[in-house]
Amino acid sequence: MDWEFTRETFLSLISALPLTLALAGTSIALGAILALALALARTSGIFALDWFARAYVFVFRGTPLLVQIFLIYYGLSQFPAVRESLFWPVLREPFWCAVIALTLNNAAYASEIIRGGLQSVPHGQVEAARACGMPRLMVFRRVVLPLAIRQALPGYGNEMISMIKSTSLASIITLMEVTGVAARIISETYRAIEVFVVAGFIYLAINFLLTRLVQLVEFKLNPHLRQPENAAAAVIAGDAR
Amino acid sequence: MTQPGFLDLLSFGPDGWAKALLAGAWMTILIALSGYTIGAVIGTFGAWAKISGGRALRVAADAYTTVLRGIPDLLVIYLLYFGGSAAITAVGRLFGSEGFIGFPGFLAGALAVGITSGAQHTEVFRGAFKAVHRGEIEAAIACGMSRALRFRRIIAPLTLRHALPGLGNVWQVVLKESALVSITGVVELLRQSQIGAGSTGLPFDFYLIAGLIYLAISTVSSVALRQAERHFNRGVRRG
Repeated sequence: MDWEFTRETFLSLISALPLTLALAGTSIALGAILALALALARTSGIFALDWFARAYVFVFRGTPLLVQIFLIYYGLSQFPAVRESLFWPVLREPFWCAVIALTLNNAAYASEIIRGGLQSVPHGQVEAARACGMPRLMVFRRVVLPLAIRQALPGYGNEMISMIKSTSLASIITLMEVTGVAARIISETYRAIEVFVVAGFIYLAINFLLTRLVQLVEFKLNPHLRQPENAAAAVIAGDAR
Repeated sequence: MTQPGFLDLLSFGPDGWAKALLAGAWMTILIALSGYTIGAVIGTFGAWAKISGGRALRVAADAYTTVLRGIPDLLVIYLLYFGGSAAITAVGRLFGSEGFIGFPGFLAGALAVGITSGAQHTEVFRGAFKAVHRGEIEAAIACGMSRALRFRRIIAPLTLRHALPGLGNVWQVVLKESALVSITGVVELLRQSQIGAGSTGLPFDFYLIAGLIYLAISTVSSVALRQAERHFNRGVRRG
């Protein structure tokens, strides 16, 4: 292992980290909104909305992300109408194409996770809220959504990690995020192993931090599963007696 | 020159790309199958190491699954494709050859897909083995079956039954992951679509067709998997 080369590689890969995080952050945030809308459509009981959400999930989970990225980045420019529209400044940018593709893809997977969470909310809780006189929106905001988020969080955490990994595909449409820079260094120097180790370390570090963050949020959201601190102290005191 | 319509692209005629695209789809299936098989072999060993290996084996298997599930698959493909080429070139130089020798893209792709899916296979097999009742294994021991016989007749079939839904998921992931192999220049479905898009100037049509073919393959395989699940669970009482 050549330490000087490893250090240089690390520095150039770290400088590409903001782009990876921007891609992941933007598409996770936008994807969450879309996913919630899709999950609500799936559970709405309205036939057209339900089937739209089903078809959406089927198409986006059944095709490779790379095909979706190509379809948006290269495919849309085929139509003169798109090139002349006011969306063109956005659709011309590889960054926004990658974000759109990642968002659409992420929403399909996340909507199923959120749907599972929404459906796991016990009916009695909703009835209790209704009995207290809460209007529908307030029931959703105060009871259903918090419980659903708590239930969906572990699965959603996995989806966020897979999103971080998916941002690497943006390198294929010329974006120089961590994998893109790693590929450039590898093809210039042919020292695949060192670069791989450094890039792999960066991704593992992000995913480790993300897992910890999700665990922390899970801990905060589940106060009813924790032992109260003074109860624990009482047990210890009881043992001592 | 008029551009061919969407259906012309799909025909077998002079303007048609049907034959090339089908060949690409076949290559995609081949890559996915090879990668999946490699992954299943790795997964079997990985699960064995995690369940009954010693401390060192267990730590190694844990490290393998943690790392491979935390880094992008694309990075693994780059490692094998470029790293393999560098290794082969170095070996070639020892034998007096000059210049660069490329690592075969198919091999790099199948290996990369296999190594990444191996981590998922490991977890699927481990979970499935844990679902096998202790009593079944104890009964086999009580009947006096040897280790090998026990594995072949009791553990393997029961584990496979529990693993089937998970194995199906891994297959769908592998199928989609095989699209990444296009960067090594192997002419599979996505690469063939890129070639088509480049030579006709109709990227949207070609990527749409590619997407539809992927969708068709994954739909057919999910139907087949459901059939297989029904077949292998026919002796199981429900409810």
